[in-house]
Amino acid sequence: MAIELPPLPWDKNALAPHISAETIDYHYGKHHAAYVTKLNGMIKDDPAYAGKSVKEIMLAAPAGGLFNNAAQVWNHTFYWNSMAPNAGGAPSGPIADKINAAFGSFDNFKSQFSTAAAGHFGSGWAWLVLKDGKLEVVSTHDASNPLKEGLGTPLLTCDVWEHAYYVDYRNARPAYVEAWWSLVNWEWANARLAEA
Amino acid sequence: MKTYCAVFGAVSLAVASHAFMVGSPLTGVSKAPASSSTVRMAVALPPLPFEDTALEPLISKRTLDIHHGKHHAKYVTVTNEMIKGTDLENASLEEIVKAAKGKNQGLFNNAAQVWNHNFYWNCIKPNGGGKPTGKVAALIDRDLGGFEAFRKQFAADSNGNFGSGWTWLAMDGDKLKIVKTSNADLPLTQGMTPLLVIDVWEHAYYLDVQNVRAQYVDNFLDKLVNWDFVNANLA
Repeated sequence: MAIELPPLPWDKNALAPHISAETIDYHYGKHHAAYVTKLNGMIKDDPAYAGKSVKEIMLAAPAGGLFNNAAQVWNHTFYWNSMAPNAGGAPSGPIADKINAAFGSFDNFKSQFSTAAAGHFGSGWAWLVLKDGKLEVVSTHDASNPLKEGLGTPLLTCDVWEHAYYVDYRNARPAYVEAWWSLVNWEWANARLAEA
Repeated sequence: MKTYCAVFGAVSLAVASHAFMVGSPLTGVSKAPASSSTVRMAVALPPLPFEDTALEPLISKRTLDIHHGKHHAKYVTVTNEMIKGTDLENASLEEIVKAAKGKNQGLFNNAAQVWNHNFYWNCIKPNGGGKPTGKVAALIDRDLGGFEAFRKQFAADSNGNFGSGWTWLAMDGDKLKIVKTSNADLPLTQGMTPLLVIDVWEHAYYLDVQNVRAQYVDNFLDKLVNWDFVNANLA
């Protein structure tokens, strides 16, 4: 059975003005969709991956095209869910306490995460993860993610490939990262924390 | 009076009323300074070798203004900040890149990106592209199976270069090769001689063709490649 492109959790206009509908059209409709198409092309005749989930394929695949496409399918789904309209701002719920415990304050966490996201060189992702019961900020290159690298359980991600922000912010990645804070979906983060 | 040397070759000297070119790979010219007054050397942003509208509609003025004026310019600024007060302060760009490789990732990233972009602007020109003549044409025939095979492989290696990076034509010893690098990496630090490069970081093409990197690659190969520069690198 083929892997499917999951629907967006919100309307494509919902994240404006922070992320435009035009960006969503390209990012979801072209980039994310193309990773799904390529992944399906690669697994369709391979019994090793028949019936496997994207996550299973991603964890099993060796470095290379199959991993890149599977991981990028998974990463982007996680990214869409890491953001929501009418969200953003300071956290509430269990994650707020864990943030204070690990970083001292939300502001310190925000600063650390923003530095990781804005400062990551080349394509990649910034993550909030739960590692051995503690929250950490990590970044990964290209298609890689904390599950593949054993860096912890992902709770939130920000895509810092240039295609994520170039239409709206051009080279100004820090401005995009700042906008991400108006979208961060703490409900998703708390849900991932609960099941970790 | 400040005089800037905007020749690819990486070092620009801004000293009142004196200027010289250092180690240009195109001309090999190197002249001593006319005076030994305090020399403050810094990495400079070379101007584009063409008008910012010259590559329209393939690469827009909008892209060039940001790619050159923001991305490339920032790498220059950060490199200069990082070498200030260090023993690399007066080094050539190539020396900085080689010194930083494996030792100072942040400096390497910025300095190498200056080098890469300096090289890239010379690799494209209006009404370029198509089949080469001269030395590189002969090498393509000898080592890469002819132009069609070269074009197919170079396009595949440009489109298939996952993430941010560069795809090169380079001499490895006496053999012509197509080489993919990621992020700021370059074949110069692998002992190869770069001849041609395409920038496949998304910022190189996103405003013009968005996700369709293949269109940008085709435009590069068919209409932009500056084969004269490639042949000059073989001289």
